[in-house]
Amino acid sequence: MRQLILLLTISLLIAVMSSAAPANAENADRHIEMLDFDSFAPRLSQEDDSIYVINFWATWCAPCVREIPAFEQLHANYSDKKVKVLLVSLDFPNHLESRVIPFLEQHQVQSEVILLDDPNSNRWIPLVSEQWSGAIPATVIYSNSFRGFYEREFKYEELEEIIESVL
Amino acid sequence: MKRILLVMMLGLFSTGLIAQGYEVGDVATDFRLLNVDGNYVSLSDYEDAKGIVLIFSCNHCPYVVAYEDRMIELHNRYAPKGFPVVAVNPNDSIVVPADSYTKMIERAAEKNFPFAYLLDADQAVFPVYGATRTPHIFLLEKVEDEFIVAYIGAIDDNFRDASAVEEPYLANAIDALLAGRRPDPVFTRAIGCTIKVQQ
Repeated sequence: MRQLILLLTISLLIAVMSSAAPANAENADRHIEMLDFDSFAPRLSQEDDSIYVINFWATWCAPCVREIPAFEQLHANYSDKKVKVLLVSLDFPNHLESRVIPFLEQHQVQSEVILLDDPNSNRWIPLVSEQWSGAIPATVIYSNSFRGFYEREFKYEELEEIIESVL
Repeated sequence: MKRILLVMMLGLFSTGLIAQGYEVGDVATDFRLLNVDGNYVSLSDYEDAKGIVLIFSCNHCPYVVAYEDRMIELHNRYAPKGFPVVAVNPNDSIVVPADSYTKMIERAAEKNFPFAYLLDADQAVFPVYGATRTPHIFLLEKVEDEFIVAYIGAIDDNFRDASAVEEPYLANAIDALLAGRRPDPVFTRAIGCTIKVQQ
């Protein structure tokens, strides 16, 4: 009897693991780092010849969700021109698995995504930009020769216009 | 020369450099907005108040929801001392159906809000104050018959966990006013939901 239970358990485990394997493989390239502000801060001041587009968003923020395709299009059209898009989720950390990752999979988001987990936003908002009131969506676009901050929703053409002027 | 100045001023206005709403020390304009109980409410109705904790708020924003219980506590603690909370929903309900007047009434009943919860139906109040997000707090101090902006910003430094708050900015600011001191800091920032207007 014991052997039978053991056998059943093992076969059940194998079944579960093999069915879970494809999902794990997908999640493997969809790894979302959770960072506090100090760990994230270097991403705001990288000194090389790229243009960095850093968008602050959340799955619960309707205008943010609306403009994600514009950033995705930017990522698709300009990644060979050294434009790097980073989507910084301000979702609550306990929603990473239940909301953020399902959202990214559903919309097949290709841009890099991290989750900024730092509740003391009064400290770090002005370090992102003195102009930022804290409302999202908000976007920083910078290069060695340019720095722009935008507390607003973007359409693709508007993003492209900025990038073309910085390139 | 005057004309050049005027043109420069217009340029600044149009780029939004000047039209930023209130700063601490400004006189807050009164309003007349519909409360969830069906009555209209103005700042001047609070005759015996020492000030008002004006909170631009709404139903749908997760950051507001995270703060609702703290807003209730603040009202229960400070209304008897002369600083009642007055919440104002500035969102367009066509853009955000969850923030309609009917839904406001439902939310106020569910949470048993002890404070006024008003609708900025014409979306004319929030731009004057310079509110950009929910929640966004404007602490007003009554000086003679005027309400003066005394603090602008966040409720505290941890939206997620009330028990982990290190600096209760708003409560500290009210305590300072009650003690006859100036709040410090007078301005803080926080992540919040943009105020929704039709495009």
